[in-house]
Amino acid sequence: MSRLYTQDHEWIEVAGTTATVGITDYAQGQLGDVVFVDLPDAGRQVVKGGEAAVVESVKAASDVYAPVSGTVTESNPALGDDPSLVNSAPEGEGWFFRLTLSDASELDGLMDKAAYDAFVAGL
Amino acid sequence: MAEPQEPPSAEALAQLPLDALHRRLGARMVAFAGYAMPIQYEGIIAEHLWTRAHAGLFDVSHMGQLLVEGPEAAAWLERLAPGDFKGLQPHRVRYSLLLADNGGVLDDLMVTNTGRSFYLVVNGATKHADIAHMMARLPAGITLHHMDDHALLALQGPEAVAVLSRFTLEPENADQPAFADLKFMAGARWRWNGVLLGITRSGYTGEDGYEISVPASKAEALAEALLAHPEVKPIGLGARDSLRLEAGLPLYGHDLTPDITPVEADLAFAISKRRKIEGGFPGAERVLDQLFNGAPRKRVGLAIEGRMPAREGATVWAGDTQVGVVTSGGFAPSLNAPIAMAYVATGHSEDGTALEIDVRGKRIAARVVPMPFRQKNYVREGTKP
Repeated sequence: MSRLYTQDHEWIEVAGTTATVGITDYAQGQLGDVVFVDLPDAGRQVVKGGEAAVVESVKAASDVYAPVSGTVTESNPALGDDPSLVNSAPEGEGWFFRLTLSDASELDGLMDKAAYDAFVAGL
Repeated sequence: MAEPQEPPSAEALAQLPLDALHRRLGARMVAFAGYAMPIQYEGIIAEHLWTRAHAGLFDVSHMGQLLVEGPEAAAWLERLAPGDFKGLQPHRVRYSLLLADNGGVLDDLMVTNTGRSFYLVVNGATKHADIAHMMARLPAGITLHHMDDHALLALQGPEAVAVLSRFTLEPENADQPAFADLKFMAGARWRWNGVLLGITRSGYTGEDGYEISVPASKAEALAEALLAHPEVKPIGLGARDSLRLEAGLPLYGHDLTPDITPVEADLAFAISKRRKIEGGFPGAERVLDQLFNGAPRKRVGLAIEGRMPAREGATVWAGDTQVGVVTSGGFAPSLNAPIAMAYVATGHSEDGTALEIDVRGKRIAARVVPMPFRQKNYVREGTKP
């Protein structure tokens, strides 16, 4: 299992051909209080870099992009009851959705934790 | 994830007098009305709820503070806006609207009769256009002064009165109201540590409180003195927006534009009784026709089913017919639900009307509801804390 990061502040945790996706602690800090997450339904095809979810803070709606292409298998039901999990546990209980990867080679361009931390430090 | 807002590009933005204080307090700064301004400190929901329960300190120094002086100042203001300024008593404040010749809203503003002049507070994003509009119409014998050497602070919330009452304030004049007797929508000037403060009991959050005009060089000392009280926390623009939305108060540039008339905006209360009879303000023919015969559309409040917010620009539908558009929308922290303001065709503007809003291709159920969404906490009489 390994966790990788995008320059758009999504994380993806890969286990074989399936993966879990969320947004990073940096991203939730930028958003502020999350009040709603518009999640993809199971079965939806997402493409790397394409819109996959929308996260709503008090002020604004922000697109969340798919780190890789694949088919959504499940979205996080806990966010319907408590969207603030994205603030309190962005890289844990506040995950967004799971998908089946369609092309594992798309993971190659993503950052590991050290590279992502350095990327954020430079923002 | 897409960035929620553009980071401020430092060189293009002007700094407010309290810039350093905001940064010391940990504010996240964003670009607004050409200034770097604090959007939030600890978080919008916490700041919103703090203001509703205690007292919030807002820096609104981006707003334009203007002084209009001259023996015919009231009559001249009546040619720009539909308020009864000749009848506005000294030390009273009135909400008004700067109107274009076709009756469209150029800005909304607060007008205070100081006894010697009229003190105007206009929106930050429109102040330069407002000044140009007024200067182009300025007759001999009236002066217009932009108080750009003054900051403006708002202290808002149910504990604002208790906090400011602890300050030692010396009245500027003997014939002005005592501070303890200052009613909502009234104001005067007091000296605090030798600094002349223009204080009105007013605001734009739906709470009791004050707006305080202070020389820019003394703004930080005043802000620090207010923040020293345990009831007071600094509040950013994010919560200012959610507070005014819950209070049903329109935001210029969003809920009010030059394409919208006061009647469409449901702000007919800002057309004083005498002006409804006499007219004589810009666009009076069109505005009064709408007032008496109805307007094609109306600003309404929408309660939204579920938790998904509808934002500015979302279309409003009755079945297959688009009947309006959302002009402000977001999450209401005090109601724990999404709310919106929209302009809808008058036939669909009755309270209780069921409508739908299109959000990213999904239809969400909404209902026309009276505004304010949340009851205001203004104190009109018996103002002692």
